[in-house]
Amino acid sequence: MNHTEPFVFCTERRLVTLTGVRASNLDGLLSGLRQVPGSSIFYHTHHMYLSHHFETPAFSNDFALWTSEALLEEKLGEQLSAIDLLTFTSIRQIREAIISTIEKAIGEDGRRNRECPARDEFHFCRSKSFVMPTGIVAADPEEFFRVLPLVSNVSLFFHFFGARLRLERPTNDFSSWLAWRGETRLAEAIDALDPYSVTLDDLERKIIELGAGLGRQAE
Amino acid sequence: MSVRLKDYEPVVGADVMQELYVLAGKVNGRRLQNINSTSVGGGVAEILTRLLPLLQELGVAATWDVIKGDQAFFNVTKAFHNALHGKREEISEEMLETYRETTEMNLGQMTLSGDVILIHDPQPAGLVQRKGDTGGKWIWRCHIDVSEPDPRVWDFLRPYVSQYDAAIFSMPDFAQRLPIPQYMVAPSIDPLSDKNKDLSPDFVSSVLDRFGLDPERPIVTQVSRFDRLKDPLGVMEAYQMVKKRHDCQLVLAGGDASDDPEGEEVLAEVRERAASDPDIHILLLPPFSDLEINALVRGSTVVLQKSIKEGFGLTVSEALWKKKPVIGGAVGGIKLQIINGVTGFLVHSPEGAAKRLAQLLTDPEFGSRLGENGYLHVKQNFLITRHLKDYMLVMLALDYPDEDIVLFG
Repeated sequence: MNHTEPFVFCTERRLVTLTGVRASNLDGLLSGLRQVPGSSIFYHTHHMYLSHHFETPAFSNDFALWTSEALLEEKLGEQLSAIDLLTFTSIRQIREAIISTIEKAIGEDGRRNRECPARDEFHFCRSKSFVMPTGIVAADPEEFFRVLPLVSNVSLFFHFFGARLRLERPTNDFSSWLAWRGETRLAEAIDALDPYSVTLDDLERKIIELGAGLGRQAE
Repeated sequence: MSVRLKDYEPVVGADVMQELYVLAGKVNGRRLQNINSTSVGGGVAEILTRLLPLLQELGVAATWDVIKGDQAFFNVTKAFHNALHGKREEISEEMLETYRETTEMNLGQMTLSGDVILIHDPQPAGLVQRKGDTGGKWIWRCHIDVSEPDPRVWDFLRPYVSQYDAAIFSMPDFAQRLPIPQYMVAPSIDPLSDKNKDLSPDFVSSVLDRFGLDPERPIVTQVSRFDRLKDPLGVMEAYQMVKKRHDCQLVLAGGDASDDPEGEEVLAEVRERAASDPDIHILLLPPFSDLEINALVRGSTVVLQKSIKEGFGLTVSEALWKKKPVIGGAVGGIKLQIINGVTGFLVHSPEGAAKRLAQLLTDPEFGSRLGENGYLHVKQNFLITRHLKDYMLVMLALDYPDEDIVLFG
């Protein structure tokens, strides 16, 4: 990408792929966590942000939800839910953090391997993503913020979460591009947002607000 | 009047339609041959009837063929169906031979051609033996709950299923250990069908009136056949617990159970339990009562689907689409449709259902919020437009079996 290249908003169409790997207790969950592909870890830690765009879910990832609700390991559920995904730059790191949180909990509280109720097993899924341009393009930062309200949650999700973790880009796509275009402060401000604590609608609003604020500063 | 693709735009939004058109650009012109075992009756025929014209409008050359079989074959596949659901069935070698022979007979008579051949359910699964001759990709679409299949039947089917290029299941719970990619495509509801389309308030009132329901008092409804797995008695128990302190009417609406001995028995128990409570309405609706069911749900305050076991339970999505708070049993596909406390409540017992019912009758505003969330959840995940999108994605996925992310320029 050169310094005059426009920003091309992409969107992601996801097909959920089933791995056939399932767990009925913590041992099984650990075993699954160690063997499934990275796209499965990404799916279970991120799909909720896309699915429940209208409300922030109580548990931020499937591992936390299942551990708490199916295994009744509420403390571990809270710990898994509190893992700060923003501090990781790769899915490998997220996988390791989840595994070590579970291992630590087992180590601290003594070995226990409660079985989940029948038909309440954890099923490892992954997503297969098809990334395509939306047709929305911004030639410069002003246009970027003008067209942002037209961009869907799925597009936002891809540029914020998918690009950084699945394509292992250093930051979200918006910040990368704005930095290239000389809007370093704006890029940093967007990078500093915590996308995991808000809904995608709120995230979009916050980015638009940042753009408007810095725009006024420039005037 | 047949429904056209453009009719969905006011319902699902221009962005969803745009997404379909973009995807269609990647798969149009492809020939998709669907094969199942019946052209009428049952959920598979119903969804194919609705999906096919829409796929064709999107440029996919979708066709539909039906295999032939005699009564003996369909008795075998009925036994397979039950056994895959986990029910104990006697499966003899003779039955397996009947399946093989009918498959051979169909292979001799059918024209198999298509870029993608989509085989629905176990009945035609054996046709895959001809895969090498067709040059197309083969997908097995399993619509049934195979979370705990009878190993004898599954072991018989597995060698067939393993020959496909991919399999599609309705829920993660149904996934199997297979050497082929497995995709999840959840079932869907059609927002323009009689069961789900918007109705005038006058029509809703007239239906409530016809069934002797008072629109001024809360109405609690479960729509399902009189089957123990749908737990109508548990629903009555919950209602009777709540009724002591909260005025409400209960509707149990289901089909006529006269051809189902177990259904008759359950119905008799339900009637006995209802005794002389004039606020319990047991409605036996004839076939083709979709508009009446739609109106009953729209006229309800709270909808229940307190199943003990459930394949998917699309009645939940049908109620959420009408912005009704739903209390559902925490089983099967209900768990995908109800996010506990967000789009409804999941319960495990009549007591749990009673507690949540009392809460929703006391705080209707909260119920409205759940209903609103539920509507959005269904809009995003369980409408026929998402089903269309998923089928096109599966066709595309066959081109990229190994990639997790496919980037198009």
